Amino acid sequence: MLRSLGSALLACLLLASCQRETAVERANREKILLVGNGDDPKALDPHLVTGVIEHNVIRSLLEGLVADDPRTDDAYPPGAALSWEHNAEFTEWTFHLRPDAMWSDGTPLTARDFEFAYHRVLHPDLAAPYAEMLYFIKNAEAFNKGELKDFGQVGVAVLDDHTLKLTLREPVPFLPGITRYDSWFPVPRHVVLRYGKMTDRFTKWCEPDHMVGNGPFVLKEWKFNDHLEVAKNPRYWNAANVKLNGIRFIPIENFYSETRAFLAGQLHTTYQVPPDLVDKLKSDHPDLLRQEPYLGTRFVRLNTTRPGLNDPRVRMALSLAIDRKTLCDTILKGMRPAATLTPAVGDYHPDAVVGFDPERARMLLAEAGFPEGKGFPRYTLLIRSAGARTVSEALQAMWKQHLGILVDIQGKDFGSYVSAQHTLNFDLAVASWVGDYLDPTTFLLMWTEGNGNNNTGWSSKTYETLLSDGAHQADPRQRLEKFRQAEHLLMEEQPLIPFAWEARNYLHRPEIKGWHPLLLDNHPWGALSLEP
Amino acid sequence: MFKNLLSRLVQGLLVLLVLYTLTFFLVKALPGGPFQSERAIPKHIRAKMEAYYGLNESLPVQYGRQLKNYLRGDPGLSFRLEGRPVSEVIAQAFPVSLQLGVLAMFVAVVVGIPAGCLAAAKRNSLIDSGAMAVAMTGICLPAFVIGPILAEFFGRGLKWFPALGWDSTSPSSWILPAFTLGLAYAAYLSRLTRAGMLETLSQDFVRTARAKGVSPWNIIVRHCLRGGLIPAVAYLGPAFAGIISGSVVIEAVFQIPGLGRHFVKAIESRDAPMIFGPVLLYGTLVILANLVTDILGVWLNPRLRKSS
Repeated sequence: MLRSLGSALLACLLLASCQRETAVERANREKILLVGNGDDPKALDPHLVTGVIEHNVIRSLLEGLVADDPRTDDAYPPGAALSWEHNAEFTEWTFHLRPDAMWSDGTPLTARDFEFAYHRVLHPDLAAPYAEMLYFIKNAEAFNKGELKDFGQVGVAVLDDHTLKLTLREPVPFLPGITRYDSWFPVPRHVVLRYGKMTDRFTKWCEPDHMVGNGPFVLKEWKFNDHLEVAKNPRYWNAANVKLNGIRFIPIENFYSETRAFLAGQLHTTYQVPPDLVDKLKSDHPDLLRQEPYLGTRFVRLNTTRPGLNDPRVRMALSLAIDRKTLCDTILKGMRPAATLTPAVGDYHPDAVVGFDPERARMLLAEAGFPEGKGFPRYTLLIRSAGARTVSEALQAMWKQHLGILVDIQGKDFGSYVSAQHTLNFDLAVASWVGDYLDPTTFLLMWTEGNGNNNTGWSSKTYETLLSDGAHQADPRQRLEKFRQAEHLLMEEQPLIPFAWEARNYLHRPEIKGWHPLLLDNHPWGALSLEP
Repeated sequence: MFKNLLSRLVQGLLVLLVLYTLTFFLVKALPGGPFQSERAIPKHIRAKMEAYYGLNESLPVQYGRQLKNYLRGDPGLSFRLEGRPVSEVIAQAFPVSLQLGVLAMFVAVVVGIPAGCLAAAKRNSLIDSGAMAVAMTGICLPAFVIGPILAEFFGRGLKWFPALGWDSTSPSSWILPAFTLGLAYAAYLSRLTRAGMLETLSQDFVRTARAKGVSPWNIIVRHCLRGGLIPAVAYLGPAFAGIISGSVVIEAVFQIPGLGRHFVKAIESRDAPMIFGPVLLYGTLVILANLVTDILGVWLNPRLRKSS
C-alpha cells in the first residue's frame, strides 16, 4: 500500500510537469480573452434576463441600434443602425439600418427583426421582466399591461426594410444610450419562430448550435458552471476590425478564488477583487489592479412608515452622522463619498445635500424629540450576506458615537432580504442601485408611489410633478434642471441615505488593449485585442 | 436476507416521501418567492411568470403535481436558470460531483487506512503519535482553510496544478480538489482504522499467531485487517454520500461545475424544482450507501450473519 501511495505521488509529479504554459499564455497565442464573469448567465434570451452578468455575455452576441464606444460612455457610435435622426422635441426617431447587415447565419437583418423584437418584449404573454425599459415608446405600457391589444398602435413603425421609426410618449434625448440595453436588442425572427411561437418563454433558440446573433461574436460552447465561450462572427459588419478570436467567460463566484486564479495566470481580467485584498494588491501588483468609478450608489433604505423614521429630521440626522469619507477610505476601497443619490452623469450635476455634520445631526435628533438619542427606538439594520457586514458595523458605530443610538444588525439570505424590503417588513436596510444608462431618470424614477423598487413607504406629489415636468421638457437643459430640483427634494426628505458612489476594483492584465475606464462598464468586446 | 433487503428498500422509499414532503413545505415556508430580484419585477409580469410555472395553484395541487412529476422521473424546469430542465442540470453536474467524490474517497482510503494500520502496528511510537497528530490536524482544519492554502502553494506559487477549474479529461485539475476533500476523511478514517486494528490486535488469535511465528506484516494484513476495518467500513458508506453531497465548499474554492453550488443557489433563489432534485438524489444516495455498508459489514463480520 505504501508502494501504491508512492506511485500515486510520482504520477502527480509527472502530471505536474504538463502545467508549464499558463492558461493566459495559451489564450494569448490563440487570441482568446479569458474573462472572470462572476456567475453563469441565467439564460441568453436578451428579453428575459436583467442582470449584469447576462448583459456582459449577450452584448458579445447581439448588437442594438447603437453601439458602445470603447473610450467613453457618452459617445454613440453606430451599431446595427448606420445613422439616425430625431425631431426637435426628441419624440420621433428614425433609424437607418445598415443595408448590408446580416445575422450570423447569413440571413439579412432588417427593420422587421427590430419590430418583431419590440413586439415580443412588450407582449404580455412573454412576461419579459424588463419590458419597462421600452415604456418610453408611445402606447408601449398600455400594450404590455394588456390594456391595448393592437400592436399597430404602439409607436414602432417599419418604413422599409432598413428604416425603423419610433414614436415616443415623451421627449427622450438619451434614447440612443438606452438602445444599448438587452431589452432593446433585436432577436432573429426566423430563428425564434423556428423553435416556438413569438411569446414562448424558453425555447431552444438561444442555445449553443441554435443561437443566431448580430454581434461581433457567436455562441460556441456553454458548459454550465465551467465556462461559456464565444467565437468571432465572420458575418459581423465590422468583423475586419475584430481582433479577438473568441472570449471565454468563466463564472467564478468566489472572488478570493478568482483573484488567485488571476495571479496564477488563468484569467485576463477579473469580475471583482475582495475589498480586503485591495491594499495588498495595490502594493504588490500596482500595474494589475484597476479602480474605476462605476454608475451606482450604495445607500441605506429607510422604512418611513416606522414611528421615528417617519420624521424627516430623524432621517436627516441618521444621514448627517455618517462619516462617508472614513467609510470610503477604510472599507469601501475605491468608492467616493456620496453627497446625493445620483453620481454626476453627463451634463447633470445634482446638488450636494448630505455630508458629515454630527453637530447638526444631534440638533435635528433633539428637535425630533430624542435629545442625545434618549428614547430612540431600537431599530434593526438589515443586510444581505456577509459582504455588507463591515459597512453595517461601521454605520452602527457612527450612529452610536455621534447620536447615542443603538442599532442592531441582521443578516438575511438574498431571498429573505429582498422579500423583507418588498413587504416593508424592515427598519433600515443596506442597499445599492446600479444605473442602466447615463441619465438621472435611471436613479430618480424608482422613488415614485407604488414603484416596485421604492420600498420605503415614502412618496411625494411635488416630487412626482417635478419628474413628470422634466420628462415633458423638450429642452435638455430645462429637463435636467427639473430633475435637479426633484433630486434636491428627495435628498431633503432622505427616505434613503446615500453614502457611497460605486467603484469597480478588478485585476486586469496589461496585454489587453482597447480597454478604457467606463462608468457603465460596457467595454465593447469587438474593440479589444491581446498584445502580449 | 432477501426479505430483509426488500423491507429496507420499502423503508427507503418511505423516507424519500417524507423527505420530499418536508422539503416541499419548508421551501414554501421561506419568505420571498422565486421571481424576485433586487430590481423589482412589475406585478402583472410576475403574475404571468408564476402562472407559467404553475405557482398560482393551491399548495396541495402543487404538491401532488410535483410528486407526480418525480414519479415519472421528470423534476421539471428550474426557476432560477429559467427554462432549463432540472434533469439536464443534474445530468451535467452530478457526474462531476461523483467523479470528485470517488477521487476524494480514493485519497481518503489510500492515505487513511495504511496510516491507521501503521499507527496501530507501531503503537505508542513516534510514528503513531506523529500520524495521529497529523490526522487530528486534518480533522480540525476545514476544507475552506486547506483548499485555499493548497491552491495558493501548488497552484499559484509552484504552478504545478491549476489553482482553479475542473477539466474531466485533465487529471492535473483533479488533484488539488480531490486531496482537499479527501484529506479530512483520510484523517478520520486513519483514526477509526487505528482503533479497530488495536482492538483486533489485542485478540487471543493474534497472540496465537505470534506464538506460531507469523511475521508482523502477515499478522496485520492477513489476520487483522478484515476485522480491524469494520469500524472504518461502517463509516465509509455514509461518508461516501457525504463526500459527494458535501463538496459545496470545494466547488466554490476550486470553481468546480458540480451539483453542490446549484443546490445552494437554488435555496437562495427559492428554486423549488432545483432544490428537490438534489435533495432526493442525495437522500437516495445516503439510503443506498447505508444499505451497501450494512451488507459489507455482514460480509466482514461473520458474527452479524446469524442475527440478520
